[in-house]
This record gives sequence, structure tokens and C-alpha cells, in this order.
Amino acid sequence: MQHFRVKIYAATQPGFDASAAIPVFHRWIQNNVLDELLIDVADYAHVPAGPGVVLVGHDAFYGLDHAGHRTGLLYTRRTALDGDTGSRIAQAYESALRACRLLENEPEFSGKIRFDPGEWDLSVNDRLLAPNNDESWRKLEPALRQFLDARFGPGTCRAARIGEPRDLLTVSLRSAA
Amino acid sequence: MRRLAAVGFTTREACGNSVRNVTGCPIAGVCRTETFDVTPYADALTWFLLGHPDCQDFGRKFKIAFSGCRDEACGLVRMHDLGCVAVVRDGRRGFEVYVGGGLGTVPQQARLFDEFVAEDRLLPLAQAICRVFGRLGEKKNRNTARIKFLVSKLGLDEFRRMVTEELAILPHDDRWSAYIPGVGTREESPLRPGSLIEIESMNGSTPEGFKNWYATNVYRQRQPGYATVTVSLPLGDITSPQLRAVADLARKYVRETIRTTVEQNLVLRWVSEADLPDLYRELKAADLAAPGAGTIVDIVACPGTDTCKLGISSSRGLAGELKSRLAQRQFEMDDAVRNLRIKVSGCFNSCGQHHVADLGFYGVSRNKNNYTVPHFQVVLGGQWDKNGGAYGLAIGAVPSKRIPDTVDRIASRYLADRTPGERFQDYIKRIGKAACKSMLDDLMVVPPHDTDPSYYTDWADAREYTIGDIGVGECAGEVVNPIDFKLAACERETFEAQLALESGDAGRAALLAYQAMLHGATALLEQQLPVLGADPDSIVDRFRSDLVETQLFHDPFAGPKFAQYFLKAHERRGQSVSNDRAHQLVEEAQLFIEASHGCYARMRTQPPKPAAAV
Repeated sequence: MQHFRVKIYAATQPGFDASAAIPVFHRWIQNNVLDELLIDVADYAHVPAGPGVVLVGHDAFYGLDHAGHRTGLLYTRRTALDGDTGSRIAQAYESALRACRLLENEPEFSGKIRFDPGEWDLSVNDRLLAPNNDESWRKLEPALRQFLDARFGPGTCRAARIGEPRDLLTVSLRSAA
Repeated sequence: MRRLAAVGFTTREACGNSVRNVTGCPIAGVCRTETFDVTPYADALTWFLLGHPDCQDFGRKFKIAFSGCRDEACGLVRMHDLGCVAVVRDGRRGFEVYVGGGLGTVPQQARLFDEFVAEDRLLPLAQAICRVFGRLGEKKNRNTARIKFLVSKLGLDEFRRMVTEELAILPHDDRWSAYIPGVGTREESPLRPGSLIEIESMNGSTPEGFKNWYATNVYRQRQPGYATVTVSLPLGDITSPQLRAVADLARKYVRETIRTTVEQNLVLRWVSEADLPDLYRELKAADLAAPGAGTIVDIVACPGTDTCKLGISSSRGLAGELKSRLAQRQFEMDDAVRNLRIKVSGCFNSCGQHHVADLGFYGVSRNKNNYTVPHFQVVLGGQWDKNGGAYGLAIGAVPSKRIPDTVDRIASRYLADRTPGERFQDYIKRIGKAACKSMLDDLMVVPPHDTDPSYYTDWADAREYTIGDIGVGECAGEVVNPIDFKLAACERETFEAQLALESGDAGRAALLAYQAMLHGATALLEQQLPVLGADPDSIVDRFRSDLVETQLFHDPFAGPKFAQYFLKAHERRGQSVSNDRAHQLVEEAQLFIEASHGCYARMRTQPPKPAAAV
């Protein structure tokens, strides 16, 4: 499986303004903050419960997403990665988390947003190779469980499939740690 | 693609030099004022021309629209290459047919080709028009390849004669009329029984926000008990969960039919009125129940600098900002203001249809205080109804960051000064362009960068809108190059041309427009070498050799298009001009001056020529 999406949820404080991500993401491009090819910033903040402000990269999108009326950092892998499924999940999660930490420390967001690394969703953004069905879940679960145990501690992270059949295969992950 | 094809969608000939998607009024068939439902005719013409051998050798795209009413906006046929308005004569169905319309850099109103084309003659006529266009339309220069240029070049009478000749020799095709017996038998039908509701008597029993939504997003169909619902999409954007929600609602409330609109919205037709409160609740749950369809908050924008390589200013950024500000007070506004339409294009190409808006804007840039500053030209006086019956003209460029103030200023002045019942377009016409411009003069001023750097960035983009390696002047102060003054004078001259046009003096308008271009060219040439004398022929010769042949004046995407406006105007100077031609010249002068600003920006970034070459 390729093209994982990770959304790490955040709590926001009064004064939080999603559009402040526009200058932040532009700085990331100019200063090559993420060590990957970043291309542009797209503003969808006008869409209710939409993708918000998106940093468009060659390999991935980083968005200050507001889907489901919940703010979070959405990492969407675009290009293929080497390695097995578990290492691809790890790459997506760590990339998303790194972006979260960077955002928290940007002056525009300092004290206004706090990401919870233990509350996140994982989706497989590939309806052809990983349709949202039990078979795909059976293929995904062992690698995901292995990653969760290694990253959060054995048995500390609950995983539950969410959404409806027409959505991407999506798993809600909650770490007790 | 196979899955799309399986449900009747095709992307064939959606782009390229082909007959593009044939469009029609989104409420055709349920409209209270239409002559008849144009849908089956649009459908028949679509499938007839799709992949047709006579439509495979165009020099440029070809757009067709259908309207059921002459006086409403409907399909906006007056801005299409081929437009068909439903009419009935002596009990027979037919169409008023228009050709040669279009927006783009130099907009033209479609001209009446035939007052009545019987329904069974429509497809062969369209085929004959396509043949003539395919055979005689420009193929090399894309900038003059639309059919409007061919109609202008030949003249409408000659074009009509050639089409008539072509029509006479067309081999018969059964498809021309085979669909007609089926017209009226495949109309949309309701899923649920119709039921009238009286909104006024529903006090307390409707969901919160329902009445405001109902006032703007619900259209009572001519079929009693049914309504058409507009789903407003902010800047035409919708997420995949929302799309699935709309699909679910279409299955639940109507017979799985959704139409899109040119105002970037969706419509659900044949909704039983009794279902409206429930439908509203479900749309609201999907964040799709925003009120204000067809009002000042329902702003249309092209992609602009977001994704379009031609974009000059951020049309979507501006539209988003305007929408956000206006939505907060939309229900406090007077209806006269609330019903205005705003449309924004990122450049002069008019993909946002700014020419037919009450308040239209298109992106330009200006050199101010040694920086490049994003601006929008303000276009007033466009007409949305009567199928896009009149195009507005630009009255001046305002810095992007002052456009919200511009909207407020114009709206409040309109509200204060209008006579009872006076429509916006009539108001603009009555007060005149000079008064419109003076209304905005103070908003056109750009403060120095040190005073307010926000002017030097565009909407939804924090980066400085400038060429990064341009230094300040030698004195380290804000240096204004004399060319800035000269090009500003050219803009004033173009505006004077508009005033002359407005007063009905086409000759003077044409002369002023030409002079504005001549002076713009002179200003650019003087950046390189002094221009000795004011002989237009000499100036044109130097313009051609120094700026056109060197491609310095070439627009990065439009090439020599704007230079040709000037060269052609020079060739034709002194000739008598029609009002339409004068209007076109004024538009061309405006674009030439914009191109001159662009050329000057390029000249600034190019290394100076070696002394020997000078």
C-alpha cells in the first residue's frame, strides 16, 4: 500500500486563525524548511469543513485541514516510497508530526494551536489498490499494529475503522499514552 | 474515464480547438418565463457535433449556448460563438440565432444571424457555420482565431451569404431532425408528489436560517408545488464528502439529476416544496446551505494566480476576501445592493466573466514607488440579464488591497444616489464614467512601501508582489521613473476615450484610443533612446524594429497580440469607425497600456545594452 494520509488532530485557542498558515507555509518554501520539494500554497479556507490552507509539495501535501469541523494537520503522500507498508506508515506519521511541531513553534501559531500526537487518523488514498473493504483492512492491520506497538508502546493505541464504505479506508487511532 | 463514460459523461472535445461543452439555462424546462424547454435541442446539437468531421479543423475553440428567454440571463448567448434563443413563430418552434460573440481580451457581442431558424433547420445551420469557420477561420494566430474575428473580417452579411451557400450543398443527414419526435417525451420528472407551501405562514416551524436561504436559493418552478434549489458553492469549490452528500440528496429528493451553473453552483430541480425544510436541514448538515445564491456574496472567480499561468492578480484570493466580508452583513443590505453581481478575473482574458457583472474586476499590475503592485481594473456597467446584453468598460486600476473599499464605496454611493427603482447599470450610465472614476480616485493611491507594505502583497499570498532583485533608486529614496507618469497619462487618455464613447462620439473615442497607444509606445521607446519628433510613422517604425522584432514587447503568453492592436490602429487611423469598432479600439488601447506596463517591467530587469549597441 502506498499514498498514506495522516491527520493529527489539534486543539486551538482563541485567536487562532487558519489563514496565518499562508505566510508560514510560504516561509517554509523559501527557507526549504522541510528538505523536500515544496511548490506552492493553496488557500481553501473559504470552504466550510474543507481542506483549509494547503502547502503543495512534489511528494506530499501538508494542510491545516478542517474536515469534519475538526482542525488538524493533514499529510497526504503523493509519490511512492520504498520499504514495506509499516515503514511507509511510519514515514507518513513522522512527516506529519514534524510539520505539527514546526507549526506550533511558528510565531503566528505560538500558544494558539496544540497538536495531540496520540489522536490521529490514517487513510489509504488509493481506491484501486486499497478499496475500503475488509480485505484491505486485513492487509493493512498487521503492519499498522506493528508500527503502533513500536511507536506508542505495545497495546496502548486503539485502532478503529471509521467512515462509510464510500470513504477512503480510514482508521481512527487513539493512544492512551 | 470508462466509469465516467458508463454514466454518460465524456471529456471528449472538452478542450482544444473544438466545439466545447454546449451549455443552456440551468432552469430550462422549469422556468416560469421561457418560450419552451431548450434542453433537448442543446442535447441533440451536443451529440451531433461531438466528433463531427466538420468540427475537427478549427483554429480555436467554439462555444454554443441555448436560452429559453431573451430577456433573462439564461444561457448568456450574447457572449457565445453561437447562441440560440427559443422563439415560436406561427405556432412553430425555432430559434433566434446569434454568431460571433465572446469575452476574452476584446469582448464582442454576438450578432443576430437569423431571426428565426425552424427547429429542424438548427442542426444543419450549425453544421454549415462550423464548415465555414473551419475553412476560413484563422489557423496560425490563435489570438485572432475565434469566429468573432472571422465575422468581423468578412462582415455579417458576407458571412451569412457564405453559410447559406454552404447550407445549400450540405449532404442530407437524418440526424438533423431525427430527435425532434422525441422532444418533450424525455423531460425530467419529479420523484415525489408536488406540494405547495406558504413560507409566510411557517413562522416558528422552519429550521434556523431557512427563510434567508429560501429567499435567495429557492426558485418556484412553473409546475405548481415544485421548486429548484441552488446549492451555493464558495468560489465553486466542493469537497468529496460534500459531493457524495449532494448525490445522496439527489437520489432522495429528485430523480438523480443535478445541473451545474456558469456561476459555479449546483441546482436540484423538481424538489417538492414540502421537502424544502428537510432538504435544507440535510444541506446544512453537509455545510451546503449557504444563502445568497445570485447575490453580491455569490462571487465568481477564475483560478487566477492560484493555478493559471496567465494570472496576474489573485482573483480567488480577492473573491474569498470579498465573500467573507460581505457575507457577514448580507442580510442588513438593501436589496438593490444585495442583488448586485461581482465577478473577478485574474487577467484580461475574462474567464471570470467580469464584463457582464455589475461590479467586475480583472487583474493588472502597476509599477509604483519602484515596486510592482497588484491591482485590479474596475469594470462597471456590464449587464447580466438579456443574455449578457452589454459589456462594461474599465474605469481605472485600484490596488488589490483597496478593492473591498471600492465595492463598499460604489455600493453606498449607488444606494444613496439612485432614483427610485433605478437599476445599477442605469445608475452607472446616468452618472457617467468620469463621476465613477472620481468616486475612486483616492482609492487608487498607493502609499510608500515603508508606510504600508500590505499594498505590495496580493490576497491570500504573503509574499511581496514584486521582482525580488530590483533595487531602489540611487538616492535610496522612492524614485519614480518618468515613464510611470507617461503611462499614467496614457491611461487617462484611454479613459478620455471612454468618455467620448459614452457621449456617442465614436470618432473622437477612436482617435484618443489610438493616441494613447502611440504615446505609450513613445514612452517605452524613450526608455532606450530619445524619440526625435512626433511623426507617428517614425514612431511606429521604431516600435516595430526595437520592441516588436526584438520581442521585448511580446507578452509572455499572448505574444505580439497587443503590439498588433497598435500597429493595426495605426494602419487604419483616420478611417471612419462604427460605435462597435470604437468600443473595440478603446478596449485594445487599455490592453496595450497594460502590456506597456509589462514591457517596462521586463526592460527594468534586463541588463543595459552595451554602449556600442546603443
